[in-house]
Amino acid sequence: MTESTSPSFEGLEVGQVVAEREAPLTRASLVRYAGASGDFNPIHYNDVIAEEVGLPGVIAHGMLTMGLGASVVEEWAGAGNVSDYQVRFTRPIPVPNPGEAVVTVTARIGALDEERCTARVDLTVAHGDVKVLGRAQAIVDCA
Amino acid sequence: MPVNPEAVGRSYGPFEPYEVTRVKIREFADAVDAYSGAHRDVAVAQAEGYADLVAPTTFAVVIAQRAEFHVVQDPEVGVDFSMVVHAEERFTHVRPLVAGDVITATVHVDDIKQRTGISMVTTRAELADADGAPVATVISTLAVREAA
Repeated sequence: MTESTSPSFEGLEVGQVVAEREAPLTRASLVRYAGASGDFNPIHYNDVIAEEVGLPGVIAHGMLTMGLGASVVEEWAGAGNVSDYQVRFTRPIPVPNPGEAVVTVTARIGALDEERCTARVDLTVAHGDVKVLGRAQAIVDCA
Repeated sequence: MPVNPEAVGRSYGPFEPYEVTRVKIREFADAVDAYSGAHRDVAVAQAEGYADLVAPTTFAVVIAQRAEFHVVQDPEVGVDFSMVVHAEERFTHVRPLVAGDVITATVHVDDIKQRTGISMVTTRAELADADGAPVATVISTLAVREAA
């Protein structure tokens, strides 16, 4: 017997926060993501190269930030239920060494489509007071 | 050398198929803090109706970026990779990727917009399964700065 993990459409309200999380990023997080994704751009692990191209130092992969956002949505939506997900990378996240950069993710219902039984989840992803993603939206298939 | 706007419309691939494995799904799930058991435990994934472990939403980037690399490397397009910043990304899934999938990718240069000192290059990777059925579309926009 299978159990659908799709969230129930009924009762959802625009503006409702469905999930939120604080994620501390360290240099180890970046190395782990580089290995898992195959993105070995040195600006994500080498301060000298990052500074040479005009960055303040090593920055997180935009795709790591985007992936964290998806994980927060999935925590509510269930695995495999996000059918569309888009972001704009607006600001880099410098990751100190030693230390950590804390990323906060808030997932809110942005719109509801009754006909398709889908919810648009709008993500606010910030590093301190700085929003690092723009137009971050996920479409979730509901039941 | 600036990006060549005449590269719009070029296509690359399909390339050697990518085999989606359980190990890679778990590794990627760990890297993006995706906690669902359906990324890690086959029994959990099957109880949720999937054939095998389910990949996290953005896993398709692993396959798409390999394909996009052919665009970045093409001297006729003229992208200086050291000057690239990722500007936008979008995933549209027909269905989630699962372990055991054998995926082929074809990548298209959809758009090149040029402003002073910067080119925005938009690529679209189409991912299909072993039967040729579409699985996901990955649209990526790179901002390529010109060396001063």
